Amino acid sequence: MRLKLVNSRAGRIARAADLIRNGLEIRSCLKLGVPEIDEILPWGGLPRGLHDIALPPVAGPGDAAPAGFAALLATRRPGPVLWCRLRRAAEGDPYGLGMASFGLAPGRLILVEVRRQADLLWAMEEGARTRGLAAVVGEGAAPDLTAGRRLQLAAEAGEGLVLSLPPPRAFSSSALTGWRVNSEPSAPEAGGPGRPRWRLSLWRCRGGRPQDWIVEWDDAAFSLSVAPALANRPLAAAAG
Amino acid sequence: MTLADARALVPGLTAAEAQPEADAMALTGLADWCGRYSPWCAVDGSDGIRLDITGCAHLFGGEAALLGDIEQRLAAFGISVRGAIAATPAAAWGWARHRPSNAEAILAAEDDDALRKLPVAALRLEEEDVQALIALGLATVGAIAALPRAPLGQRLGKAVLLRLDRLFGRMAEPISPRAPAPLWRVPMIFAEAIGRREDIDAATLHLTRCLCRDLSLKGKGARRLELSFFRVDATVQRVAIGASRPTHAPGHLARLFAERLDRVDPGFGIEAMVLEATEIEPLAPRQSIFPVPGECEAADLAALIDRLQNRLGSTRVAQLVSVASHVPERAELYRTASWAEGEVSLVGIELAPANSRPIKLLSPPEPVEVMAPVPDDPPLSFRWRGKLHRIAAADGPERIGPEWWRPGPGRARDYYRVEDSEGRRFWVYRDGLYGAAEPPRWFLHGFFA
Repeated sequence: MRLKLVNSRAGRIARAADLIRNGLEIRSCLKLGVPEIDEILPWGGLPRGLHDIALPPVAGPGDAAPAGFAALLATRRPGPVLWCRLRRAAEGDPYGLGMASFGLAPGRLILVEVRRQADLLWAMEEGARTRGLAAVVGEGAAPDLTAGRRLQLAAEAGEGLVLSLPPPRAFSSSALTGWRVNSEPSAPEAGGPGRPRWRLSLWRCRGGRPQDWIVEWDDAAFSLSVAPALANRPLAAAAG
Repeated sequence: MTLADARALVPGLTAAEAQPEADAMALTGLADWCGRYSPWCAVDGSDGIRLDITGCAHLFGGEAALLGDIEQRLAAFGISVRGAIAATPAAAWGWARHRPSNAEAILAAEDDDALRKLPVAALRLEEEDVQALIALGLATVGAIAALPRAPLGQRLGKAVLLRLDRLFGRMAEPISPRAPAPLWRVPMIFAEAIGRREDIDAATLHLTRCLCRDLSLKGKGARRLELSFFRVDATVQRVAIGASRPTHAPGHLARLFAERLDRVDPGFGIEAMVLEATEIEPLAPRQSIFPVPGECEAADLAALIDRLQNRLGSTRVAQLVSVASHVPERAELYRTASWAEGEVSLVGIELAPANSRPIKLLSPPEPVEVMAPVPDDPPLSFRWRGKLHRIAAADGPERIGPEWWRPGPGRARDYYRVEDSEGRRFWVYRDGLYGAAEPPRWFLHGFFA
């Protein structure tokens, strides 16, 4: 009886300390650091929950822009990143040295490789429930309505950020936001490819309006920004 | 006697072919089943099972009750059995097979006279040796034991002395158990066989709680655990789990088991469960009331990695470890994850120039058809998986030589970072140089975001 009392008191103290430590952080949401995008999102940034980052239906194979965008979002919170992927859907393996150029230290990655969709969704859900992860990324995840709802609830319970990178022509309809990301021709620098440029299209957003941007990733300053509207690409190409 | 002779004598004789392998397998299974009585059980010869019940009998209400329980259960399986309990394994062997028909099954430890009255065959000698001894007029164990030792050994061989010593406990005869003897063990025997998943879950939780209480009192944590299910049809199923760091948290262990319990087939029911810790490590108690920032999370993460590894297999959950190599596919290794030490610290990132590495790496690299001016200009276009990519901008070459200190063929590679007309970025390389004996080949090695 006495033990029980102490236990419950210890539990209460632990919970209170937890709240003090995390309270402020829980309520804030993830800013992309791009004012144009953050102000469109009804939460002022990306809230904890399930987000869908897909390639546009017309995009061909070999476009790793969604993975780059996911890596970029994952680095904005502290802690390790659970990167789950479906074996047959994956086009190449995550490469730590490349992740590093989006600010994601390779040592923070926990890579999970699964064979079945059910295992992938299970691993993502387990990750979403776990405190202390920066993000859970699911490559090749195609959750149906029930599974998507489960993921969303798990992410809310664990205050996790779950990024679903679905296979071509799939999306999770229960996600809070749906993004389509694909590469765009960059402004060339010194004859070579310039900074990575993506077309970022917020096409589904709970309580918000869809919109498109062309964004550019500056790896030196580690910042994402809306690209200048005029890229003098044809001229540069002709000169090169 | 041949089968034909036997048939002539008994016309309705049923004959079955001897299957020694199948018999041995069945006996092994039965020995596993006997693990519910004691962890020290082993197959003995072709027709026996040996249990070391030291310290186990009181759990079943004494030696007589233990033996009675075994005999009754085996009889219920349709197995006729002759059991005996004695002070030494050799005495138990002899007592089970050669005791007088009116004798008790349990032989008291000091009852050497009863052993002396046993026939010579109870010594477990070769059949011809037994016949030779009987021919010499030595029909009982006592008759041999009464002879002087030295001449006995010289005349009949060392084997007889060895058997005698083992019979009377003058020499130890250890049992080599079927499974490694567990360090910690909690059994649970049910009054009625259970089969429902809820019951199994509840029993698992109870067992993990009992084990964890014992472990935490001793300041230990389990790394590997095994849960055995003893079914009513005399078969045993086992489920094993591992933890990435020692733990004595019952809830966590029960959850790890819960992932595996789907594979357990209760059949007609499970009558006993035994939880064993096969690998334990010291785990000092820690004050847990005042949280140190990051400590809760570290424990949660370790628990998460355990769950992932137990369900998906430990090799499917990996962390990246960098290797001091400039060859891209060798620069990183996937290592089985364990969050015990926290984040992996990486050395050697500085080996690669900043922003020159793709976010996804194809392994192995895929060959592509390339149009490129010789000798070392970047390609103009390439065809990958049947689709043509026109190159709008290219950066390179970055020459990466083979590691000459490693055996095997290797050629220098010239890597180009290329962007196609739609903005996709690829990492292609030319394997070899133009003008060499073997023409160069082009490969696609990765994707930039």
